[in-house]
Amino acid sequence: MFKKLAIGAAFALALTPAASFAAGGGEQHIEDFHFSFEGPFGTWDKHQLQRGLQIYTEVCAACHGLQYVPLRDLEALGYSEEEVIAYSAENFEVFDPELDDFRAAIPTDHFPANNGVGAPDLSLMAKARAGFHGPYGLGINQLFKGMGGAEYIASLLDGYTGEEKEEAGTILYENKAFPGGWISMAPPMSDDQVEFADGHPATVEAMSEDIAAFLMWTAEPKMMERKYSGFVGVIFLSVLSVLLYLVNKRLWAGVKGKRKD
Amino acid sequence: MSGIPHDHYEPKTNGEKWLNSRLPIVGLIYDTIMIPTPKNLNWWWIWGIVLAFCLALQIVTGIVLVMHYTPHVDLAFASIEHIMRNVNGGYMLRYLHMNGASLFFVAVYIHIFRGLFYGSYKAPREITWIIGMLIYLMMMGTAFMGYVLPWGQMSFWGATVITGLFGAIPFVGDAIQTWLLGGPAVDNATLNRFFSLHYLLPFVIAALVIVHIWAFHTTGNNNPTGVEVRRTSKADAEKDTLPFWPYFVIKDLFALAVILVVFWAVVGFMPNYLGHPDNYIEANPLVTPAHIVPEWYFLPFYAILRAFTGEVWVVQFASFITGGIIDAKFFGVLAMFGAILAMALAPWLDTSTVRSGKYRPMFKWWFYLLIVDFFALMWLGAMPAEEPYATFSLIASAYWFAYFFVILPILGVIEKPDAQPETIEEDFNAHYGKADADATPAE
Repeated sequence: MFKKLAIGAAFALALTPAASFAAGGGEQHIEDFHFSFEGPFGTWDKHQLQRGLQIYTEVCAACHGLQYVPLRDLEALGYSEEEVIAYSAENFEVFDPELDDFRAAIPTDHFPANNGVGAPDLSLMAKARAGFHGPYGLGINQLFKGMGGAEYIASLLDGYTGEEKEEAGTILYENKAFPGGWISMAPPMSDDQVEFADGHPATVEAMSEDIAAFLMWTAEPKMMERKYSGFVGVIFLSVLSVLLYLVNKRLWAGVKGKRKD
Repeated sequence: MSGIPHDHYEPKTNGEKWLNSRLPIVGLIYDTIMIPTPKNLNWWWIWGIVLAFCLALQIVTGIVLVMHYTPHVDLAFASIEHIMRNVNGGYMLRYLHMNGASLFFVAVYIHIFRGLFYGSYKAPREITWIIGMLIYLMMMGTAFMGYVLPWGQMSFWGATVITGLFGAIPFVGDAIQTWLLGGPAVDNATLNRFFSLHYLLPFVIAALVIVHIWAFHTTGNNNPTGVEVRRTSKADAEKDTLPFWPYFVIKDLFALAVILVVFWAVVGFMPNYLGHPDNYIEANPLVTPAHIVPEWYFLPFYAILRAFTGEVWVVQFASFITGGIIDAKFFGVLAMFGAILAMALAPWLDTSTVRSGKYRPMFKWWFYLLIVDFFALMWLGAMPAEEPYATFSLIASAYWFAYFFVILPILGVIEKPDAQPETIEEDFNAHYGKADADATPAE
């Protein structure tokens, strides 16, 4: 039994998640932030997600879209239906083919896509980047820390050194977290750029964490439901395993017992 | 080869007799689940049930996923996000299906290596082995095409690289590649046919599984000693075997439940661990990912594919002999498929008359080395194609072939096997005699 489990575990460990090589930059530094949603018991910090939404709306949305995220899902951040309706109408316009014109967004719309300056869509960014890779690409630290998509985003936003250079007519900014070290996105945030209603500090570092948490939510809005299903399944199957173990033991006891004489 | 003597289904009531004379289906089911099974089977024999479960899981979750998925290059990626966000329980369905593929391959690899250690491929079970290898090939095809469907970056570029392998075939390669893709490059036509085949192949696999089971129900199971069940009489056979139901059904279900605890924890708490982040970026033919890496279960054979570069003398020699028809790329493709063919040929390459590795003192160590080699190849397959990994890959690939084509044939001649038990009963009693002494009978 244990041999088999050991083999299974060995397999799981040895399976080099291909992810390990997504970002091969030499000097990449990813800070291991501690987010409230990490681990099997982690939950969203809704205040943090709300702050993240505010940062997205006031800063990121200028260039980046969230095209896969329906506005109605914002109720999961603790907003009421009315608040979501008001937020949608105030902040976004969508093109309506029936009107053949733009109109204010309503909750059944998605956040708009934004391809204006070629900035990537952020809906899935927290799952499309790996923060941790692991020794020799074995992905072992991912096993303990998770993929680290949110850590990557927070590290990137907080990772500007202030250096810049021009290359082929483009300005590149030095960034400790970006593979290769130079990124074309200008530092998007500055201290106290956003004013939070709850008076939470708005340093670049704090805002980086907030927006990273929010983007983890946009990438995996059903994370809590998924973990809940995980617990239900693991507990149910564990109980079933114990019962089957006892049935099996009793069933075979007769066969093995007979052999005594 | 006649089956192991055992009791058969006898219709008793008039109704049963009526049905049995028209369609002996109850008898078929009875004989299948009551099949005499060697009673000394150890825990390595539970993976067949896990595999059957995986196939069922993949088919059931897959059929529901298809209800919400759209196979079109403009809509596929968004339809996956629709499943993840809007479909009730869709995120679980999709993560179960995604990780179900990994469990499927964990199980199939353990199942295959179990067969390789205990000599399950040897006469009279060659057909079971060959069918199994066919199932494994089909699984790889199905998994590969399934990975293309979400239409992420790794889907697209993986498909481009793998279908490119067919382009390496001399003379007709380009034509075959175009035919497979339905065009000059991976595009909507490719996505549609992969979707169609990804739905079809599991049912072909299911049919082959039935043949696989039919074949080993004809020869009887192998067992850890490799000693055959006595067929001299029903009484003798009963000393060596127990009916599949309930003994092995319950044992296998217990093992399955334990494995599913681990599986469910992975799905619930780390569903993307075995995936690649790039596949959460929609496919873009204009942007090539920094490293194109296949799913973990293809890595050992991917390492073999890449090991044979133009700098290896064997490759240069093959190229010289064939006047350049076999170039490095085609050699790599041949090596990759050859590595699987080598496994399929094991029944004829292994010259030893002893079935189980337990009684083969030299074989054991070469086999353990093969396991190490397999993991080494898996790791190397994920490494970039540069030194020192290239040299390691070549050594590891060479051992894979040497094991099947050199070591297995020679060992059978030079090895002096240990003594084997006369019967399965003897082995079983030797094993459980001690366990019995301190076991308390169940109340």
